[in-house]
Amino acid sequence: MTVSLEVKGLAFAYPDGHQALFGVDLGVRRGERVALLGPNGAGKTTFVLHLNGILSGGAGTVRIGGLQVRPGDRDNLREIRRRVGIVFQDPDDQLFMSTVREDVAFGPANLGLRGPELEARVASALAAVGMQGVAERPPHHLSFGQRRRVAVATVLAMKPEILVLDEPTSNLDPASRRELAEVLDALPVTLLVVTHDLPYALELCERSVVLSDGSIVADGPTVAILADDDLLRRHRLELPYGFDPLSVPARKTRYGGGQPANSFSGRCQ
Amino acid sequence: MAGGHAHLLYRHGDSVVHQLPAHVKLVSLLGFVLVVVATPAESYWAFGVYAALLAAAALVAGIPGDFVLRRMVVEIPFVVFAALMPFVSTGERIDVLGLSLSESGLVSAWSLLAKGTLGVVASILLAATTDARDLLVGLQRLRLPARMVEIASFMVRYLDVVAGEMHRMRVARESRGFQARHLGHLRAVAHGAGALFIRTYERGERVHLAMLSRGYAGSLPLSDAGPASATAWTRALLLPGVAFAVALAGGVWV
Amino acid sequence: MHVPDGFLDVQTSVATGVVAATAVGLALRRSHAELDERAAPLAGLTAAFIFAVQMLNFPVGVGTSGHLMGGALAAALVGPWTAVLCVSVVLVVQALLFADGGLTALGTNITLMAVVTVAAGWAVTKLVLSVLPGRPGSVVPAAATGALLSVPAVAAVFLVLYARGGEASLPIGVLTASMLGWHTLIGIGEAIITGLTVGAVVAVRPDLVYAARHLRPALLVRQPDGSMVPAAVEQHSDQPPRRVRTIVVVGTAVALVLAGIVSFFANGNPDGLEYVAADQGFLATAREHLLGDFALADYGGVGDVPVGVAGVLGVLITIGLGRLVFRWAARRSDAGDFRALSR
Repeated sequence: MTVSLEVKGLAFAYPDGHQALFGVDLGVRRGERVALLGPNGAGKTTFVLHLNGILSGGAGTVRIGGLQVRPGDRDNLREIRRRVGIVFQDPDDQLFMSTVREDVAFGPANLGLRGPELEARVASALAAVGMQGVAERPPHHLSFGQRRRVAVATVLAMKPEILVLDEPTSNLDPASRRELAEVLDALPVTLLVVTHDLPYALELCERSVVLSDGSIVADGPTVAILADDDLLRRHRLELPYGFDPLSVPARKTRYGGGQPANSFSGRCQ
Repeated sequence: MAGGHAHLLYRHGDSVVHQLPAHVKLVSLLGFVLVVVATPAESYWAFGVYAALLAAAALVAGIPGDFVLRRMVVEIPFVVFAALMPFVSTGERIDVLGLSLSESGLVSAWSLLAKGTLGVVASILLAATTDARDLLVGLQRLRLPARMVEIASFMVRYLDVVAGEMHRMRVARESRGFQARHLGHLRAVAHGAGALFIRTYERGERVHLAMLSRGYAGSLPLSDAGPASATAWTRALLLPGVAFAVALAGGVWV
Repeated sequence: MHVPDGFLDVQTSVATGVVAATAVGLALRRSHAELDERAAPLAGLTAAFIFAVQMLNFPVGVGTSGHLMGGALAAALVGPWTAVLCVSVVLVVQALLFADGGLTALGTNITLMAVVTVAAGWAVTKLVLSVLPGRPGSVVPAAATGALLSVPAVAAVFLVLYARGGEASLPIGVLTASMLGWHTLIGIGEAIITGLTVGAVVAVRPDLVYAARHLRPALLVRQPDGSMVPAAVEQHSDQPPRRVRTIVVVGTAVALVLAGIVSFFANGNPDGLEYVAADQGFLATAREHLLGDFALADYGGVGDVPVGVAGVLGVLITIGLGRLVFRWAARRSDAGDFRALSR
């Protein structure tokens, strides 16, 4: 089973002195779906920005599919950024061209694709998120949910190995939320979802990791984490009113074999 | 996201000039300006020809005269300078309308005005017929270093934002009764400058991070358009070409 | 101080064009190491800022209008080499799109406003920084002083260029007086804006201020038992190689050769030499109006010395001063006060 992501001893402080990460270790296998949970200010976004070399200069290493991230090396960065697709929280930060088509083409064009090959890539990315019909429209004419999906397409067009989503459900209405879940579920990529939306984490990811105050404090099956009231309380995580994680039917993992609803096997690698 | 600021300079149109690729127009502009500058000031008639050529170009491009005139305001400082020269310059004096003016000063003033103005008008025509983004691509094609084109493209994006913020801050200041017009004025403006800088930066930073994450590596992806056609080059080079030919034939450089 | 087309003669325009091209070429190479990928938008923003700031025009006596330059500000924010690129970009765009500054005078304008302001401003900034305590806040007075002195420096070089190849027969003494005088005042305005801008940025985002790069705080790693231990950070030094000194030496040599060649074309404006030498009478009258005798003394001296040498001196002063300061600051940086200062 190949490793998609391997982070060892990641520590980082911002230039103003505030240290955000205090030594983070994380491994994600290919095809796994992991939710990254944690309160505001835990360092989740800081962590994510290390995955494609945007932040660096601290301690520790990050490896994507075996390739170590070397921020000083442009060729290395280009390959890393092809392998890691980050969908940021605000789609308007990601959609900056005049039409949807141009936005989706931006990434693969930077990778060197041109002509019919580029067209095909754009078409398949849009099809994967169900947005083929809006290719010629300006992004700001779309609804928020549609923009979210187009943002995912802009990243998918680069055929990443691991897809990282930062708060994918924020500001989405329930129907859009479901549509997005269906899209993500069908994608053949490794998934790392940073989220506050605990039910969503349970729906999409079989494994969860809790980051708090710059360190990982829990790593295990999502069901187990969400059923641990004490853990949740200590790290300012809260389930929605009336939600019982143990009553939710298990989801099949990518490797086949679901988790029985009310048993868990503790920390897993 | 291209400069809304450039709305002031760019005048939308479908003319032949608008359709010429930017790099072709840039070469044409440079050629024309070189011919103008190389012409000795005493060949007064030549400058008339150049002006006529520019007027013709403006006509073809559909740029109205008042549009050009309004943008020539940028010239005013050195017009003032030029106007003062006959009075302040040394050298042989001659009498003009009862005033004792320096002859060489008069010639210099004319030279400055003529050449400077022709350069200004030509630039205005270029700006009026070329979109900011296309201009940057044109510069890139002319081998302006990629780094500088990159800085320029961010500059164009940010100019909009900076101008907007400055306007908002000025409105806020004036709404609170601030009206000074002396050196103290500078302090109030500058106080906001630092905050303006950071706010603007952070606005653009997130978009830039998204661009980086999708492999942006510093250069604008060149359009699939191939090299400019011979027709385009011929049309663009008409301006400097005719100017040069006329000057040469008229014995300007003998 | 954007010089329009036809203001300086062809030889001077070409010479400054070569100086500008050399400087920009050097800047491109050096900034490659200086600019990481996130600094490009910062450079663009700095350029936009300078663009906006330059719109504040002041009418200047007999000379052209003066305005804020922004070279010292740019150098403090993004480093000197990138600053040269920033200001050059502003000038190119102004010349092309805004008709501000002639296309054929681009070399002159870049030399004046991109190279001289940045070189003089940064040299002074570094000088002041080296005597101030090693706190991020020290950048503010340092950059402000750099800005203050960069403006008269530009005015001085402009006068040298004008004396060499001005197409107009203006009396140099009067021009000197008004230009240096007004530009000292403009320097004050520039210092204020630079100081306040750099101050505000360094307070909130010190990572955006090149001149304030300092040692990062020691990183801690939290152990499973909750205790903190220092992290092992790999010291990837971004100290530039000693090559930078070679570049400065080569650059100086090139500039000297150019200035020397230019002086051979000194036939350009016999009037210039003539009336500076012959119009001592006029100059003597102008003496009363000058703010300081030093300026006149230089130009009085020029009357006896070939004007070409004055040009050489102008270039030498700028580059030599910068080089000396850089070397001195580099030696100080080895003492560990600051990081990577030998630019």
